[in-house]
Amino acid sequence: MRRYVAGRLLLMIPTLIGVAILTFVIMRAVPGDIVALKYAGSPVPQSIIDDERHQLGLDKPMWEQFTDWMGEIARFDLGTSLWTGHSVVEEIEVRFPLSLELAIIATLLAVLIAIPLGVVAAVKQDTWVDYAIRLFSIGGLAMPSFWIGLLMVLATITFFGWAPPLVFTAITEDPIANLSQMILPALSVGYRYSAVSMRMTRSTVLEVLREDYVRTARAKGVSESVVVMRHALRNALLPVITVVSLEFAFLIGGLVVTEQVFNLNGIGKLLVDAVAHRDYTLIQALVLLLAAVFVIINFVVDMVYVVLDPRIRYS
Amino acid sequence: MTELAHPAVRGPDDAKRRYLESTGPRRFARFWGEFIRRRPLGTAGAVLIIIMLLTAALADRIAPYDPTAFNFADLLQGPSLQHLLGTDPFGRDVFTRIIYGSRTALLVGFTASFVGCTLGLVFGVVGAYLGGRIDQLIQRLMDVLLSFPLIVIAIAVVAALGTGEGKIGNVIAAITVPIIPRVARVVRSSALSIVNMPYIEATRAVGSGAVRIMFRHIAPNVFAPYLIMLTAFLGQAILLEATLSFLGLGVFEPTPSWGLMLRGAGMQFLEQAPWLAIAPGVAISMAVFGFNLFGDSLRDALDPRLRTA
Amino acid sequence: MFNRQIAALPVALALLLAACTPAPKGSAATQSASGAEQPQPGGTLTFIVNAEPPSFDGHRETTFALLHPIAPHYSTLYKFDPGDLTKVIPDVAAAMPEVSADKLSYTIKLRTDVKFHDGSKMTSDDIVATYQKIIFPPTGVLSPRAGAYAAVETITNPAPDSVVFKLKYPSASFGTNLASPWNFIYSAAKLKTDIHWYEKNIMGTGPFTYVSNTKGQDWVGKKFPDYFGKDKNGVQLPYLDGYKALIITDANAEVNAIRSKQAAIEFRGFTPQQRDTLSSALGTSLAIQEAPWICVNYIVPNTKKPPFDDVRVRQALTLAIDRYAGSTALQKITIVKDVGGLMRPKGPFAQADADLQKIAGFGTDGAANKAKAKQLLADAGQSNLTFKFLNRNITTPYEPVALFVLDQWKQIGINATHDVKETSAYQADLRAGNFEVALDFNCDFLDEPDLQLAKFWSASGLGKGLNFAYYDDATLDKMIDGQSRETDPAKRKALVADIEKYAMDTKAYQYPVLWWYRIIPYLNTVRGWRIGSNHYTNQDLETVWLGK
Repeated sequence: MRRYVAGRLLLMIPTLIGVAILTFVIMRAVPGDIVALKYAGSPVPQSIIDDERHQLGLDKPMWEQFTDWMGEIARFDLGTSLWTGHSVVEEIEVRFPLSLELAIIATLLAVLIAIPLGVVAAVKQDTWVDYAIRLFSIGGLAMPSFWIGLLMVLATITFFGWAPPLVFTAITEDPIANLSQMILPALSVGYRYSAVSMRMTRSTVLEVLREDYVRTARAKGVSESVVVMRHALRNALLPVITVVSLEFAFLIGGLVVTEQVFNLNGIGKLLVDAVAHRDYTLIQALVLLLAAVFVIINFVVDMVYVVLDPRIRYS
Repeated sequence: MTELAHPAVRGPDDAKRRYLESTGPRRFARFWGEFIRRRPLGTAGAVLIIIMLLTAALADRIAPYDPTAFNFADLLQGPSLQHLLGTDPFGRDVFTRIIYGSRTALLVGFTASFVGCTLGLVFGVVGAYLGGRIDQLIQRLMDVLLSFPLIVIAIAVVAALGTGEGKIGNVIAAITVPIIPRVARVVRSSALSIVNMPYIEATRAVGSGAVRIMFRHIAPNVFAPYLIMLTAFLGQAILLEATLSFLGLGVFEPTPSWGLMLRGAGMQFLEQAPWLAIAPGVAISMAVFGFNLFGDSLRDALDPRLRTA
Repeated sequence: MFNRQIAALPVALALLLAACTPAPKGSAATQSASGAEQPQPGGTLTFIVNAEPPSFDGHRETTFALLHPIAPHYSTLYKFDPGDLTKVIPDVAAAMPEVSADKLSYTIKLRTDVKFHDGSKMTSDDIVATYQKIIFPPTGVLSPRAGAYAAVETITNPAPDSVVFKLKYPSASFGTNLASPWNFIYSAAKLKTDIHWYEKNIMGTGPFTYVSNTKGQDWVGKKFPDYFGKDKNGVQLPYLDGYKALIITDANAEVNAIRSKQAAIEFRGFTPQQRDTLSSALGTSLAIQEAPWICVNYIVPNTKKPPFDDVRVRQALTLAIDRYAGSTALQKITIVKDVGGLMRPKGPFAQADADLQKIAGFGTDGAANKAKAKQLLADAGQSNLTFKFLNRNITTPYEPVALFVLDQWKQIGINATHDVKETSAYQADLRAGNFEVALDFNCDFLDEPDLQLAKFWSASGLGKGLNFAYYDDATLDKMIDGQSRETDPAKRKALVADIEKYAMDTKAYQYPVLWWYRIIPYLNTVRGWRIGSNHYTNQDLETVWLGK
């Protein structure tokens, strides 16, 4: 058991190193230069560009830039944004709470919608209830979330003259202001997300309902609601947790378009801006951070499995 | 390890597998007959897909106008008999562009999904069959791709290779990359259950080569999850194309594309000319809706226990 | 129904314009109706900036995203008159410079009542330190605009309240360059301790002090009570208690911010459709100001790539474009409007329309021009010309402008494909000469031939990194240099006209499509701000106030 956990932990390292190398190589291979971009459209002589490139260390050989970066990482130093000159930690710490909160709210919404609907759809398989629920959920997968988001903002502003607040207030400071900014984006993301989780819930519950022990319980005359709640749902929850956690990991950095449409100052937007600027240090730090979040959540999910499902532990 | 993330994915029932291996026309007809009778949602999805395929195939004949011809005298016209869905800021007929847009959507969707799923299948099967170091290497590679933010891949591919007219392949590449690891994971776990089956042992004993075993014997057996994922990712690829185009990283003017129609002008004219944003949004939703409905029912029909995250 | 709404909009707009804002007179607006009101002090102005400043140092950056939130913290030596943006007036200078007879010495008297936000007094030491940093930056200090002051030989301060600039040769643009909105006055003491201090810190003599800055979100400033400025009635400036700049990058979110009154104004410019959305939603609580903009898109054929080394091909490309038809259509859907040469239309250096129309591609007979273009292509053996047209992935206004040009070329049988790249990759292609024909752009803070012609210097000389047509032309270099040294305005204008004819027609190196048009729709509570021909100057918010 301990060996399994340790091995699992160690496996995270090659993945993260792979991500680091890939990020470094990809971004260097992509054409574009932060300094040229910074002064684009202005009559700036080439010598100024060369000077700044030199100051930023962009004229060093590739391998040297890479070893420099690895050295910094080893010292837990994420470096300085090439674009703003501020530390990467400073850039991220403002945005991270927002993205995290949005991901959490969207997850809560999604789970609240998905699990009851998924169970009902499974129990009422192939009836109009099932069809209606599936149509609703597939709709969430089919509509572009930025499109729904834009239509939602347009609707609230047209009918109520109201638009979500544009400035982030921490939930600890003013929960109402915070939630009124978060609710529309969380809904537009949560809808899609609930569709994914609902489908998973439905199919796992369906599967469990066909298991022998459920049949036995039914045959014994245990009431249907007890069968569903006690046996089916509990056993079906594990795969649902997987889907929810993986989606959650994607959400933290993946809300690029939602953040743009709702003008949210989050990690996704920061990442897109960083890539557009070719701000190597910031991109590398962000990609590594997001990959770490992803890998860690994966690890936690696996551990949850080990704890909940003894079969895996012994296999 | 990876099985843990997708513990619910198992190999298809033997019966279903045998069914898929046999392509006899009678069984085929019986399967689809049953499908239509028992799965109305899936049938509705199939109808949507067929409509879309026909639209794309016959675009030249159905479309009333040239999709790229400007007509500055008629710009931003509302829906009318001449222009069923109005005109855009360049006076181009929106209905025509929606029709031609189905070509872009299908091209991107089919190619990205097919290439992505097939590469995923190859990685999955190879990893499962060879095991050991190579399997570990492939798994780590897939983990890296999976934990790598999608948007960075997209921007990188598009920025490195460019977009614009006649470069739709680059957009497809950007969408293909993230599909590969997701498919590889699922296929690998399905294939693992087959690799240890006696008949594979037997084939090996007879002296079949590794390549032959992998692609003649194992691959056909993971065909069901492959097919299901192909349909599921088809819809997602269309959606992703729309998202990338919306971000300015996808297809470009003057190529007719639904996602592109939502970008910039389509959204900026949301109130003066709502048809510009509504028509393509509905088109995208219907297309993805069709593929998802069909894919879901296909999964249920092939194996109720088989799931993909 | 929608059609009628759109058709009615221009009428409504015209009424609005007449009611709330002045009709433009030349490039400068006249005294507005609201300007005659008694300004009321107090209140906080919330405005939108659609990008984030990189560092905080105005001397080293070139983006308006730095000026809009940060300019209110600083003063400059001179500035543009908020009432007439073509006129230079003193800021921390006490008067206009005394220029010696040989035009080689500028003596500037300073105000003695100027204080920094830390309470220290501003003296000529600070001016010298500031301009030393700008004009003669030490190693490791970046000053992208140092070239504009190439004529300066020395900066000295004979007294605490006076500064002397000595020039190597007379310069026509030196005087106005002292009003550059980028040349924030910094404290000599701060620069002495750390020359990079201003990259991450704010400390100026401007009307507002720094309060806070949340990365990616907002920038807050509040009134500096010891600010030296007073209005003409002796009332202490600024009128506002403070300001808050919100960073909003999405076009729809910008509109929603103003529409929900979470922000009052965006100072760069909106598209006609953003304006129309706001005007139909907000009615009379919206005011609109519009003006021609010193920004333009150029078509740049790469003269190093055949067949664009052939002047006939380049001429054909410009002749094919019916700029007048383009103006009529494009001004309805994006931020371009006027037909002009290398200098801003209606600006002080613009040629008369009749003269401009003699230049290839600027004549009013579109059909005749297209026929001529076809003939030129045939003569050059390029009747089936096919090429890629490089563009960046920004919607406004690059996409519609490029689509229009592509359609025009298609009409004379040119098969050009739209090659769109992400901005950074696009820049890389331009700089590497890795393109056939590109859509380039240029924006300046001043109608000034030295600035607008900077792209036209020889590519291996002064035009390096700017001239993407990649030609070398000693004749043109001499012409540009000649106008720069000419201090008589009328003669200079004639020299600039010669350059336009030569560069756009005779050699057809690179040429504009249409000039941009600035549209600012804003809540009419914002008073005392006047639109200018650029989005760089007049942003210290000194005289802006909030009405009812």
